[in-house]
Amino acid sequence: MSRTPKRDDPRNVILVGATSGIARPLGRRLVARGWNLVVTGRDAARLAPLADDLRVRGSGTVASLVLDPADGAAVAGLFGAAAALLGAPPDGIIVCHGTLPDESGALLDVEQTRDAIDASFTSAAMVLAAAARALEDRPGAFLAAISSVAGDRGRQSNYTYGAAKAGLTAYLSGLRNRLHPRGVAVLTVKPGIVRTPMTEVLPAARSPLATEADTVARDIERAILRRQDVLYTPWFWWPVMTVIGAIPEAIFKRLKL
Amino acid sequence: MSPAPQTLSGWGRFPVGDSVVATPADRAGMARAVGGDHGAGLIARGLGRAYGDSAFVAGGTVVETARIDRFRGFDPQSGLLDVEAGVSFAEIIAVFLPRGWFLPTTPGTKYVTVGGAIAADVHGKNHHRHGSIGVFVERIDVMVADGTVVRCSRGENTDLFHATLGGMGLTGMIMAACFRLVRVETSRVTVDYHRTADLEETLTVFEAGDAGSEHSVAWIDCMASGRAMGRSVVMQGRNTPLGELSPEARRDPFGLPRKRVKSVPFTPPVGLLNSLSVRVFNEVFYAAHGNRRRVVDLDTFFYPLDSIRHWNRLYGPRGFIQYQAFFPRKSSLDGLRELLSTIVASGAASFLAVLKSCGPADGAMLSFLEPGHTLALDIPYRRGVIEALCGRLDRILLEHGGRLYLAKDALMDGTSFRAMYPRLDEFLAVKRRYDPDGLFASSQSKRLGITPA
Repeated sequence: MSRTPKRDDPRNVILVGATSGIARPLGRRLVARGWNLVVTGRDAARLAPLADDLRVRGSGTVASLVLDPADGAAVAGLFGAAAALLGAPPDGIIVCHGTLPDESGALLDVEQTRDAIDASFTSAAMVLAAAARALEDRPGAFLAAISSVAGDRGRQSNYTYGAAKAGLTAYLSGLRNRLHPRGVAVLTVKPGIVRTPMTEVLPAARSPLATEADTVARDIERAILRRQDVLYTPWFWWPVMTVIGAIPEAIFKRLKL
Repeated sequence: MSPAPQTLSGWGRFPVGDSVVATPADRAGMARAVGGDHGAGLIARGLGRAYGDSAFVAGGTVVETARIDRFRGFDPQSGLLDVEAGVSFAEIIAVFLPRGWFLPTTPGTKYVTVGGAIAADVHGKNHHRHGSIGVFVERIDVMVADGTVVRCSRGENTDLFHATLGGMGLTGMIMAACFRLVRVETSRVTVDYHRTADLEETLTVFEAGDAGSEHSVAWIDCMASGRAMGRSVVMQGRNTPLGELSPEARRDPFGLPRKRVKSVPFTPPVGLLNSLSVRVFNEVFYAAHGNRRRVVDLDTFFYPLDSIRHWNRLYGPRGFIQYQAFFPRKSSLDGLRELLSTIVASGAASFLAVLKSCGPADGAMLSFLEPGHTLALDIPYRRGVIEALCGRLDRILLEHGGRLYLAKDALMDGTSFRAMYPRLDEFLAVKRRYDPDGLFASSQSKRLGITPA
């Protein structure tokens, strides 16, 4: 008989975009481990009930912080604010915020292109830059961010989002290269199709390849604990994307993907 | 953009109906769903464990509570838990059992939501002592037809409270509720098993042992006929105190064994639970349980079928009915005897048949249980045959002052329903007050004439 939740050293972690579909089950898993969390979101009215939920579920501290990840000054002050809320400096961050642009009309629209890239890349890179500065002298710390399999190869149906996520994947790769000698882990999460409020309007959410957000959250939790570099979740996206990546461009350009 | 309708059913997989499904993530989304256009009506749905047609409305809109699933607060002094409607009993156990708290009562599956449990006023193996879940509910927040959220309790909007409790979601959308958890010292139950020879002995064992048992239930062999009719294995249990655990088990008093969850991966083309396989199972089960005492874990005691995911598929593509009858104490023995002999004569197999003694009613207007006995059994669906059989069973219930449980019902007619639920008019008056245009409706409420067809 043993199934009382596993406990490890409680960690102090910032969860950015905590109300997003993947962050919700992930936050629940982390507080169940006894970790202390600062949850951030743009909308205070949505953030408060989420923080209450995590407080009941966990035994550690849960603090909430309204944060617009596009606001440079706020992002620069994030780690200081989180440390004050937790009473200890954070030693990990998970960047989950993001929106999936509707690309049906956006692909040829100048303003929408910029908005889509800002939402999926610029603000995430800003948060990671602040995190790298705060954590580079803390061996054992970790950074994780949610990129996407869509960043592995641009497809006609969502290449703006894909390009932004490709940028994020490259950013994380460089950051990992820089922080590895300092003992700081950097995790790139590449989910496939996940059933969340962000994707439920898409026909893809009904695809047999679609995964529940909690499955993705479970994989992320494990990858963080293992200090993994790149996570495809569910796992089968790794061979799928390897094949897609190997198709010569002369053929790929003719495919309807 | 209006999404395509989905074909839904209850846990019995009969009947089915097409509804548009919305899954809002917060109160604003819920209000939008209630304010929209719903065709034939609107009904909330939790984890879909009600057996019949109470959690969908053919041609209407189903609002799932899957994402309305946040804990709101907990008071470790009183055990009072404040949760949103979509939180499941399984989640509550996962969070609170390790801290020494358990549900005050629980149905035979933990995959039910708090909203569904309140709407069906669920009961468990301790009903004879405490009553159903409603006894432990302090207050309910209901989003009524105009989109506002009304708080109700035994002190405030009492009409709405007693109509919503057991009201099958017909007063509005249950958004959140506050109810009491109870302290346990361990995750185990100490169970005494008694094998009985017939129905009369089963009821006698209940009578003799229930006062001293926190939990009590009988598995009853519905295939046994003649003098053995009603033979059972009665299980009477109490929460195991810490002091009775072995020193080794005491190191992890709230642990549960990690069970390999088996799954029925697809629906077999014909039901596998037929009279032959059930007869074999029943013989083996009866023979395997002698009179003895065992300490078992909570999952094994309360949720034996939860270890087989999609077990409802075993009844094949046409599904099954779960028939749950209640008889008041004075007519229990005669009523149960007549019900059982009718079922035995029909040759309808029942794999899972459960008999339980019942305690006090909780004041819900459509309350199911009061002092007496309740029998629940599965009947595989066979067109024409099952309608006739259930009609006969309903008449037996009526003759003995009994009633049928709405969370299981799939076939009853409006006349029988009206005769079984004497406080229906009182309920309808409350429904009119909070839902004057009859927005909230299910396929069941239309069949039973609670709402216009």
